Amino acid sequence: MIRKRRKVPNINATSTADISFMLLIFFLVTTSMNTDEGLSRRLPPPMEEEFQKEDIQVKERNILMIKINKFDELMVNGEICDITQLKEKAKKFISNVGNDPKMPEKHMKTISLMGEVQVTDKHVISVQNDVGTSYNTYIQVQNELVAAYNELRNELALSKFGRSFKGCTKEQQKAIIDYYPQKISEAEPKYQ
Amino acid sequence: MKIMAMSKFNKTGRREIPELNTSSLPDLIFSILFFFMIVVTMREVTLMVQFRVPVVTELEKLEKKSLVSYIYIGKPLPVYQETMGIADCIQLNDKFAEVSDIYNYISHEREKMSESDKPHMRVSLKVDAQTKMGIVSDVKQALRKAYALNISYSATRRE
Repeated sequence: MIRKRRKVPNINATSTADISFMLLIFFLVTTSMNTDEGLSRRLPPPMEEEFQKEDIQVKERNILMIKINKFDELMVNGEICDITQLKEKAKKFISNVGNDPKMPEKHMKTISLMGEVQVTDKHVISVQNDVGTSYNTYIQVQNELVAAYNELRNELALSKFGRSFKGCTKEQQKAIIDYYPQKISEAEPKYQ
Repeated sequence: MKIMAMSKFNKTGRREIPELNTSSLPDLIFSILFFFMIVVTMREVTLMVQFRVPVVTELEKLEKKSLVSYIYIGKPLPVYQETMGIADCIQLNDKFAEVSDIYNYISHEREKMSESDKPHMRVSLKVDAQTKMGIVSDVKQALRKAYALNISYSATRRE
């Protein structure tokens, strides 16, 4: 039997583009592109009696006290200071190259890959702010401090391992972080 | 040959513009769509406060989005200023909140996470650069009480 050969009708696909355009626009509207970046910090656990006592026991020479007043002015260890000088001061304080008795104390510590070295890991950088301090200034100060740490770590990496901190292996990075641990205190604000 | 020539030139002798073949257009758009679906993430909340985060040089990326909770602080958008005033406000999820609400917010966020993820929870503070530190310190104290100790001050990179 001879069958009539039927032609399969073409599906009209001209509107598919419009449909997918609508989906695309829907996604563009409902989503956000930006990846979140920021300065990471770890807060101390809630205040308890023991912690308070421990806080007081930090020796005076080991503290770099940074105060910011409500006019966004800085005071570092009792001296008025500009934010542009802060990084250098912090670097000097953290590394304490000349073993200055006013700078943080050094002691021997065994670090993998470096052996016995003198470190200043008892230092604390404390940032105190006023209620009226602007958040921007506070973050700029934090940023300068992180920059000081990053530069010191980079210098150490270059001298010890001959490459930048980012180019080091995991173990090398860990050793460097052991040498220069980041100690920025997020302590309770004191308002005077 | 003659017929084809006839179709290309009409009687007036003017050229007919050939129709553009759009059969691959849907595929094209679909590939853009898939690209966007992979690259972007769903917007978490509709913002009710306006903020411009500080500009800094030393930044770290937040690794996993699912571990991050957000707290927004800034002036209310003009739409809400009639009811909320122009003082700095805290926004949690889709509504304005007080400092005292943070504890519940954090414990609720923590509930949603799996047991192994809980220690890695991180709170991203998206705070307007012009905000005063008073409210930020209050929020930080509340976070300490809620044992949400990993925080991140959201910022953008200075070029």
